[in-house]
Amino acid sequence: MATYATTDHHEDHDHKPSGFFERWFMSTNHKDIGTLYLVFSLIMFFIGGAMALVIRAELFQPGLQLVEPDFFNSMTTVHALVMIFGAVMPAFVGLANWMIPMMVGAPDMALPRMNNWSFWIMPFAFALLLSTLFMEGGAPAGGWTLYPPLSIQGGNNVAFVIFAVHMMGISSIMGAINIIATILNMRAPGMDLLKMPVFVWTWLITAFLLIAVMPVLAGAVTMLLTDKFFGTSFFSAAGGGDPVMFQHIFWFFGHPEVYIMILPAFGIVSEIIPTFSRKPLFGYQAMVYATASIAFLSFIVWAHHMFTVGMPLGGQLFFMYATMLIAVPTGVKVFNWVATMWRGSMTFETPMLFAVGFVILFTIGGFSGLMLAIVPADFQYHDTYFVVAHFHYVLVTGAIFSIMAAVYYWLPKWTGRMYNETLGKWHFWLSTITVNILFFPQHFLGLAGMPRRIPDYNPAFADFNVISSVGGFAFGITQLLFAWIVIDCCLRKRGAKATSGVWESAKGLEWTLASPAPYHSFTTPPKIDDRMLAHGDVSH
Amino acid sequence: MMQKEDMGMRKAKGGLGVALMALSVSAWAVPERWQLNMTPGVTATSQDVFQLHMLILWICVAIGIVVFGAMFYAMIKFRKSKGAVPATWSHNTTAEIIWTVIPVLILLGMAWPATQTLVRMADTGDADMTVKITGYQWKWRYEYLGEDVKFMSSLSRAADEARQLGSGIDPNSVENYLLDVDRPLVVPTNTKIRFVITADDVIHAWWVPALGWKQDAIPGFINEAWTEIEEPGTYRGQCAELCGKDHGFMPIVVVAKPRAEFDAWLAEQKAANAPATDAVVQAPAPTKS
Repeated sequence: MATYATTDHHEDHDHKPSGFFERWFMSTNHKDIGTLYLVFSLIMFFIGGAMALVIRAELFQPGLQLVEPDFFNSMTTVHALVMIFGAVMPAFVGLANWMIPMMVGAPDMALPRMNNWSFWIMPFAFALLLSTLFMEGGAPAGGWTLYPPLSIQGGNNVAFVIFAVHMMGISSIMGAINIIATILNMRAPGMDLLKMPVFVWTWLITAFLLIAVMPVLAGAVTMLLTDKFFGTSFFSAAGGGDPVMFQHIFWFFGHPEVYIMILPAFGIVSEIIPTFSRKPLFGYQAMVYATASIAFLSFIVWAHHMFTVGMPLGGQLFFMYATMLIAVPTGVKVFNWVATMWRGSMTFETPMLFAVGFVILFTIGGFSGLMLAIVPADFQYHDTYFVVAHFHYVLVTGAIFSIMAAVYYWLPKWTGRMYNETLGKWHFWLSTITVNILFFPQHFLGLAGMPRRIPDYNPAFADFNVISSVGGFAFGITQLLFAWIVIDCCLRKRGAKATSGVWESAKGLEWTLASPAPYHSFTTPPKIDDRMLAHGDVSH
Repeated sequence: MMQKEDMGMRKAKGGLGVALMALSVSAWAVPERWQLNMTPGVTATSQDVFQLHMLILWICVAIGIVVFGAMFYAMIKFRKSKGAVPATWSHNTTAEIIWTVIPVLILLGMAWPATQTLVRMADTGDADMTVKITGYQWKWRYEYLGEDVKFMSSLSRAADEARQLGSGIDPNSVENYLLDVDRPLVVPTNTKIRFVITADDVIHAWWVPALGWKQDAIPGFINEAWTEIEEPGTYRGQCAELCGKDHGFMPIVVVAKPRAEFDAWLAEQKAANAPATDAVVQAPAPTKS
């Protein structure tokens, strides 16, 4: 039904901008911007990882050996901000940029200039944030949650971190608008909403979450800013304010944020498991509705992050019940993935290994999440290493494993070359073993009574901390292998040439394009063949 | 003197601290090496919490065995290399209803005992005495309301020296490193004690694992909690909310004594306070980090 004007422009659409600067700094191409996001994310992953290694090095033994407590607190704070806003979120946006136009049969993103802008805000935001490390008074050290009054005891870094968060928020909101506009307006004729790949669905819902909650975070941190520099008392009891109100506002952002970092992961895994099971995704519509349910519930569970602040009994019960409910749609997803594998014909290339690793390890993180929902037990778990173990299972072996799965899955489509499969398998097994050595013992530490965010501890906690630190360094070094595999595939181009289908049973529009994918994806809308969709019979 | 006996008791129990024993029912007052699990603690509440924790843990383990079992069975059985031919079905309404309804029932089974425990924990009425706890950067202040006894409690001197960067002192040589204070909170056993908890500067959290809960200490607001300790002993904990550079260095020690001994202790404290009120440690102004 859309008509395309073909005469008012050059016909040579595939010409990339000539100069390096024009190609990479002024680009409005969804693939180039996707690449920029992914490269940025990888750099941030290593910066945040280096901070994690400072933390694990200090915690290797009881006693302070390497850093002062204040610097230790800066490391935990900035590590979290860098990993959440700099590594995980941009990686998913990068994947969305690359894949959504190709998956819905569009030539590019709907708003290409805004796409450029939303990426180029990020390096400036992180330059602001990371510059605080070199400031007098140091980087923010009050935790990534920025709880007042502690967070505003910092010096000028308070202003820097808040402006950095503002910029990241603007970038995320623009990215989300672009994704929604692309999905709702740019689908090829015949690509009905309920025929879209699950990755596109999860990103559509994620984008709405972003638009809903990033402004809430911006409001909360702006109030912190005025409390610190302009004498207001939003969060100061002495001036009639309430420090707990910040926590409520923060987590009203923060809990949907958690799902912003996991819903696209669900989408990725829902693409990969059917491909390597050679069987359609089980329960496509249930997957879509489960994602929507999780997104809705994410708005009414925020106070489970703050059960110990002294809420009334009724409030605690409400947030406990609502939180427990999330287990139902999440369970549906896990069962559907297992059912997809059931009676399939499986092979285990690297993307499938990471996807299977994701399902198992993310589910372990889900179990500890369910335990944390039980308020009386949470009174014991809260702010201990049990929580640290929980959210690293869902974020590292959840979100980050899914991102790695996605990179291996689509890298041949992006570059036209296969990556080194042997090294990819090594990367998977080393990562999976070391990440469990790193995070599993932290459950024990928390249950034994070790609080989180402490630079030093009683020698009773020493044994599992040694194990965790060894695992941490091994996991960190293993990720250099990942960087090498990606560089080897993208730049050295040693691998075999990829076919357009790449994987034996890959289904979806992106696999109808050549590998590497042409600079402009679908300059004419493709014909949608229902049998070529990854989720099979779409009438159910 | 009393404290020494308590320590002896703790050590006798600590001797059992091997990894397997971590799952047994014993009321440890301090963390043990290789400890794997939460301890049941020394109050009815902490034991309820422990039971709840174990119940949910085992439910999760059971679900995990079923789900991962099915997954591994599939991964071993339905491999292309074994000649598996993929099925073509992509939905099964009955199965989907079953695996939506069963989790709901399991959740109801968890919510019921959790609600009961939570209701009991929220009831701070009928307390025999009240202790006010105030968090400071980076120490605690305890005040026995109506008794005119109040004091500061901060990290023991030995640990404070050892914990400095490059101190050269081996933390293993300091007994109860980072879990010992100059003046512990002394409370009677078998007495319902109500705590009112606040802070003077930033948010802290008061946590003694053996009592079964933690509660935030928030400047300008007062939170309530209660405990009734069954066994005399020394119970150790730490601040559990990031509160600045020395967050890791403001431990909590509770010494529970039988009622008569507690009364004697309290009388002693009052007598010491009576002539010279300046013996009461005044709250220093919080310093900026």
